[in-house]
This record gives sequence, C-alpha cells and structure tokens, in this order.
Amino acid sequence: MLAGMTTNVVFGLLRVAVLAAALKAANGEIAEYDIAATNTYVWIGQGLLGFVLLWGNNELAERVRSGDVVVDLYRPWHLQGALLAEDVGRGGYAFLVRLAPPAVFGMLLFPFQFPAHAYQWPLFLMSAVIALVSSFGIRFLVEISSFWLIDNRGLYGFWNVTSGLLCGLTVPIAFFPEWAREVLWLTPFPAMLQAPIDVFLGHGNVVKLLLYQLFWAAAILAVGHFVLQRAVRKVVVQGG
Amino acid sequence: MIEVRELRREFKIATSKGLRRNYKTVTAVDGVTFDVAAGEAVGYVGPNGAGKSTTIKMLTGILVPTSGDIRVSGVDPSKQRRDLAKRIGVVFGQRSQLWWDLPLKDSFDLLKSIYRVSSQDYRTRLDECVELLGLEETLLTPVRQLSLGQRMRGEITAALLHAPELLVLDEPTIGLDLESKERLREFLKDINTRRGTTLLLTTHDLDDIERLCPRLMVIDHGRVLADGPLDELRAEVTPDRELVIDLREPGPAPDVPGVTAVRSEANGLRHHLTFRRAETTAAQLITQVVRQVEVHDLAVVEPEIDDVIRKLYQRQVAQDAHR
Repeated sequence: MLAGMTTNVVFGLLRVAVLAAALKAANGEIAEYDIAATNTYVWIGQGLLGFVLLWGNNELAERVRSGDVVVDLYRPWHLQGALLAEDVGRGGYAFLVRLAPPAVFGMLLFPFQFPAHAYQWPLFLMSAVIALVSSFGIRFLVEISSFWLIDNRGLYGFWNVTSGLLCGLTVPIAFFPEWAREVLWLTPFPAMLQAPIDVFLGHGNVVKLLLYQLFWAAAILAVGHFVLQRAVRKVVVQGG
Repeated sequence: MIEVRELRREFKIATSKGLRRNYKTVTAVDGVTFDVAAGEAVGYVGPNGAGKSTTIKMLTGILVPTSGDIRVSGVDPSKQRRDLAKRIGVVFGQRSQLWWDLPLKDSFDLLKSIYRVSSQDYRTRLDECVELLGLEETLLTPVRQLSLGQRMRGEITAALLHAPELLVLDEPTIGLDLESKERLREFLKDINTRRGTTLLLTTHDLDDIERLCPRLMVIDHGRVLADGPLDELRAEVTPDRELVIDLREPGPAPDVPGVTAVRSEANGLRHHLTFRRAETTAAQLITQVVRQVEVHDLAVVEPEIDDVIRKLYQRQVAQDAHR
C-alpha cells in the first residue's frame, strides 16, 4: 500500500516535470491546459490510475490456465457480476489509499485547478466510479481471453503498454492531433481515465461525458457477459 | 437424484509437430448411462484418464456434453448451472474453494452470502461441521496456513453450508494421512446415513469405497465396466476366496475336496488355500480343515478391491479383443 502510494507520487512528480517543460516550450498553454490544469490532470490521473486499476493482476486468467476456474464457475452466481462487486469493493479501499493521497499531495504542493462549481465534485466521483466499471470490464475481457488463448500474457502485456496512451494517462487526449482525438473519443478508452479528469477540470460538456461513459460501461459489460457465456459453453476446462 | 443417458464428451487435442498443428479427437466419455437414487453413496473409480473428472464436470454443469442427457436433482446441469449449484455441493480434492488469504470463518461467511443461507441455518450447520470435524481451533487461521488435512475439512464444511442434496467429491482424500482420511470418511458416512445426503465420489483410494460406498461404478476408456454392490462385483470377478491357516506344527496342507493349496510359508507352518465361494462356505471348510490338522489360527481373506478392479479391466480388454 505504502509502496504503491510512493510509486504513484514519484511518477506524478516525473510527469509534472515533463509536462511543465512541454508547457514552457509552448509558451505556457497547450489545448486548454495551463500549468494549474496540467498539475491537476497529473495528480488526479495518478490517483485514478490505482482507483480504476487500469492494469490488473491477471489472476482470473491464471485461474483459467490452471483450471481452478471450475471453482468460480460452479458457484450460484454470475461470475462477471460477482467479480465486478469485488472490484467495486476494492475501489472503496483504493479511494482512500490510492486516489486521495496523490490528489491531496498535488492540491497542497502545486498550483491546482479546483472545480469551478461545487456540483462537479459529486459528478467527478460518479464519473470515476463509471470509469472503474469500464476498466473492470476491459480487464475482465483481457483475462477471459485465456479461455481461448490459454496463455493471454501477450494480450495482457499489449493492453498494459497501450492503455496509458489510449486512455489519456501519458498525455491528455487533448494534446493529440485532431483526427486522433476524434477517433479516440469514439472508443471506450478515454472513458476509463480522461473522462473523469475532464469532469473534474470542467473540460467539455459534463452530461455528454457521463452519457458517453455510461454507454461504454454498459457495452463492455454486455460484451463480457456474452463472451463468458460462449467460453463456458464451448471451452474446455483445463486439468484433471 | 442423478440420471445419465448415453453421455458422450469429445475433446480436440492439439498435437504439434514442428510448425504444423493437427487436432485429433479424443473421446473422454463414451456412452455412459447410470442412475443414482437419493440417499445412495456411490464410488466412481477408474484409472487416470478414464473419464471420471470429465463426467463430474458435466454433472456439475461446468462442461457441456457432446451428446447425451443428464438430469441432476431434476435439472439439466449445463443449462441451469446456477440453479443446480444451490442444490449440490462439490469438493475438488486438488482445488480449493476457500479464500486463500482469509481466515476459514470468513470464507464460510462469504459462502453464506453467496448461497443466501439464513443466519439460523448457517449457525446450526456450521456448528455441526465444526464439532464433528474438529475445526474449532482452525476457524480463525488464514487458509494458506492450514495443513492439507485441516483445509480439506474446511472444504467439506464449505460444500455443506447450503445443505446440498447431493455432494460430489472428486478425490477428497488425496494426499491425506491415514488419520485424516479416516476422520473424513467417518464424517461423510455420517452425513450420508443420518442426513441422507447423496454421495458421489471419485477416488484412487479403495479404502474410501470399502468404508463409504455400498455401490461401486468402474469406468475405463470412457465406458462403465461394472456397476453394482462391491460384494457382488467381488463375487463375480473373483470367485475364489482365500483361507489362511497357521498350524501348530509344520506339516503338509490339509487335503479337502474343492480346495486348492496355493502356497505354504514358514516351512509348512502357514498355508494359503483357495476355494470357490459358490461351492463351499468358509464355515464348512473350516470344520473339515480342523478335523485333519491342528490349527493355531486362521483367517478368511477377501480379495483386495484393487484385484477386483484390475480383473475388471482385464476382462474388458479380453472382451474387446474378441469382438
């Protein structure tokens, strides 16, 4: 927990330094981001990273690989629903130890852009929770791909490498060229990180952002549901 | 409780040779048919790869049959898996359904919620298992720190908290020491006779069968080779019984009609005699033997269950060769 928090903050400092240098080179502002907005983007982003858990532990995939997933499958529950509930619970804990610390760190020590309106706070929280659900949904899909792939580490690694860029962790989506921005906002990826940050910063239309997020959260969960059903119908459970 | 008709399951197995990958179809379960009535205790045995676990996975709805029908507790397992899960309990000897890092008690509490067991039922059932299995001291220990024997007792408790009508056990005693095995068997025997829980268990430990299961099903190469009470199978496959006599003084084996002396030990102090169970009773034989020689001690030995099963396999192989 402490290690996670520390890593989070150290990476936050690095990112702030890099982005601040970029801002300076661009005369103080890039696409709606001045120095305060950039700091806010970094520290809220660092906090969200652990909260939505962009990169999971691939535990379910390992259970599929070893065949231990039989135990999960014979319980009288909907596996995806049960794991989602577990992940939301994890989110509650992560809120306290992963989201709050870097955010508070940033607020206290850096120029910070607080929400202009009070209602943005609860909306940010709502947006963050939807982001967590989408992130869970994508992780779930990556993990159950192992029903077919047996070893999903390639896909898992690919997701871990690309997700930062696609979700708006590496640089804000707003920094991308126009065509890339347009394409990315058609995908579910910004819904997992950039959207709640935008809600916090007041970038873009809040209602539109939340609807966009809700659509993708529902779509990803639905895909997960059907893929799991297919996996269970079709696929072999490993091991005697 | 269980109805299985012409159950089949095929698998595609990848065989790689260089870069090329071929698939061959292997039939793991090949037309299995059987019924299990409520309250029975059935042992399902066979060598590794015989199709036992595949059958179990289909019975619990985890695996979809290639063809054939299954009804477990009135339900089609693969179609109504969640419905079924509430009515049956499953224990896999080689896997754990407990939460590795949580104390045993917390795992039970979670299962209570997952299976929606009322607090009152939960209390009585848990107390009963804890008492009979001697789990008091381990309830607050994280599962990862339990010994295998303790963990298995925890697994069985976990599978019984929702009072299933049927308990399926896949090699429940694997890796346990003699005392733990005995304790587990006693407990299972108890819930079978007292509570009427139907038991279906696979095992390689034939003592499990001897102690627990009045009925034995032998499977190999995906087919049922034999199905019936252990005693009958024994009588059918190994018609001979053995009488071991220790004499007071070394001497030749007594000569009784219908009896073959197989071997003698300790310079003629001990003799092994075999006789047909259908023709002679042990009592008749003993009377005749003691008339001829002075006997110090004697024992009637039933063939080991391993022998019975080995003979069943051989018989099947011989039948297949004839076809």
